[in-house]
Amino acid sequence: MSVQEVLPLDGVAARPSGDYRADHRLVAEMVRPGSKVLDVGCGDGDLLQLLETRGIDGRGIELSREGVNRCVAKGLAVVQGDADTDLVNYPDDAFDYVILSQTLQATRQPKIVLENLLRIGRRAIVSFPNFGFWKMRLQLLIGGHMPRTENLPATWYDTANIHFCTIKDFVQLCDEINVKMERSVALDLYGRPVPLNLPWWVWNMFGEQAVFLLSRGGGK
Amino acid sequence: MGSVKSIPSPAISADERSHEVDRPSSLVAHFGTEQPLRLDCGVDLSPFQIAYQTYGELNADRSNAVLICHALTGDQHVANLHPVTGKPGWWETLVGPGRPIDPKHYFIICSNVIGGCMGSTGPASINPATGKVWGLDFPVITIPDMVRAQAMLIDRLGIDTLFAVVGGSMGGMQVLQWTAAYPSRVYSALAIACATRHSAQNIAFHELGRQAVMADPDWHGGGYADHGIHPHRGLAVARMAAHITYLSDAALHRKFGRRMQDRELPTFSFDADFQVESYLRYQGSSFVERFDANSYLYLTRAMDYFDIAADHGGVLAKAFAGIKTRFCVVSFTSDWLFPTSESRALVHALNASSARVSFAEIETDRGHDAFLLDVPEFFDISRAFLQSAGKARGLKGS
Repeated sequence: MSVQEVLPLDGVAARPSGDYRADHRLVAEMVRPGSKVLDVGCGDGDLLQLLETRGIDGRGIELSREGVNRCVAKGLAVVQGDADTDLVNYPDDAFDYVILSQTLQATRQPKIVLENLLRIGRRAIVSFPNFGFWKMRLQLLIGGHMPRTENLPATWYDTANIHFCTIKDFVQLCDEINVKMERSVALDLYGRPVPLNLPWWVWNMFGEQAVFLLSRGGGK
Repeated sequence: MGSVKSIPSPAISADERSHEVDRPSSLVAHFGTEQPLRLDCGVDLSPFQIAYQTYGELNADRSNAVLICHALTGDQHVANLHPVTGKPGWWETLVGPGRPIDPKHYFIICSNVIGGCMGSTGPASINPATGKVWGLDFPVITIPDMVRAQAMLIDRLGIDTLFAVVGGSMGGMQVLQWTAAYPSRVYSALAIACATRHSAQNIAFHELGRQAVMADPDWHGGGYADHGIHPHRGLAVARMAAHITYLSDAALHRKFGRRMQDRELPTFSFDADFQVESYLRYQGSSFVERFDANSYLYLTRAMDYFDIAADHGGVLAKAFAGIKTRFCVVSFTSDWLFPTSESRALVHALNASSARVSFAEIETDRGHDAFLLDVPEFFDISRAFLQSAGKARGLKGS
């Protein structure tokens, strides 16, 4: 997705948006400049490069060797690794933020991954495709087949995404493991945020993807 | 068939080689009795000398020095013609004009390790106490000893912090030892095809090589210098065995397969019928022209003893606690001598120390030797890593 529209969010609008993805710009805007960040599942390092332009000390983990090598060849601090197995190697509070961008649905154990994110990072930023999006629902309801979209073009038998969820499901998981949602934004098909004053079910219906800023809940 | 026929005698005499041992065609730093090298075995080595080469210019704030650490059988001639063999520098693919480590940007230093035989003090050097070649009287040295000696050289050159320390294999071990022993003196570290400890299998291969040297009657209990000979047959066998570990099944198959050497049919003898045999014999015989047998024993021993975690209470991450050095770790898929799993263990320890680390595994069928060969992806990664570090360091031209 290469959305040129400027998001109506402070911080992002003032900067040249370049070709950065809408969700990447949204994530970058959530991170305080000067922080230390781990991007889990960093792909080709686009988000890390965006963070670098904002003076953020970014590190990455990526599963695919090709992705890692492309990142390292850009001078980024990225290692080959698996969100499911390698997060345990990081100590508590190692980062200010740990980002999981469009990767949660591809992990084997999303709940444990999420718990690890908030162990090694004081905050976590998680973005994922919303399976409650109306187009998805329509494809299953009317078409009778597993949904496919521009952003998720893979068929059911060759997709790496094994744990799809809806915004509602994710909110429930956060409640279950006592994670505090500091901020949440749903983006529509064009990368525009769904207005904040609308109820959850609207988000769950019209958000094509969601971005959550999370921190450790109190209490437990 | 005589044994001389199976492994040809070296074309370069021991005399020609020994000239490089004591009076190398390199820069030499002499350390007198007031500056002994404190060895891990408890001995103070003194006096001693380090032979080294430099390329490029040290900048005004002395921030652009890159130390290249050589592997087991390498030397300081990283990017110039070798004075004994006349061959190009052993890492001219990575170091030199237009290469990722370019003398236009960096002041590049490469020194022969302590225990080596190309001008730094080692078992082939003259023991000043006796006036004779050290031989097995030379104290056993370790990777930390090599690095301690390099640090003394860097001090001598007036450099406080190295912009980068770079090395593969045993050179990579030195890179890691540098970061563990002198973390604040290493701005960035490029550790290639290496490990934080030598594995049991690798120690076993080294023992095989050493036994081959010692089984040669010309070795004379290490005192061959007194007899004016060199155990070239034993050393050649050691090299042949080691050379197999530097390659891979796929690479050998691709290069040689079962092809015959200058013949159509087998000779039904122990001649080198197969191309792979002929290649190995060549590797063995060319190696002994430039390398000292005792030095081979000492340097393989140093690698065997290497285990960074053991020096830090068994916890590898402790070796790198709080380190600010920027790391780049590179491994190769077909390297079974220093497999990717070893690099991954290092990366996990660096992650646990919150160190800034890049780690790339490069796909190639060329085995451990890949780090010395023309592997463009490896060069791209090395260049980008150093450029990014140079930018952070404020180096011009990076």
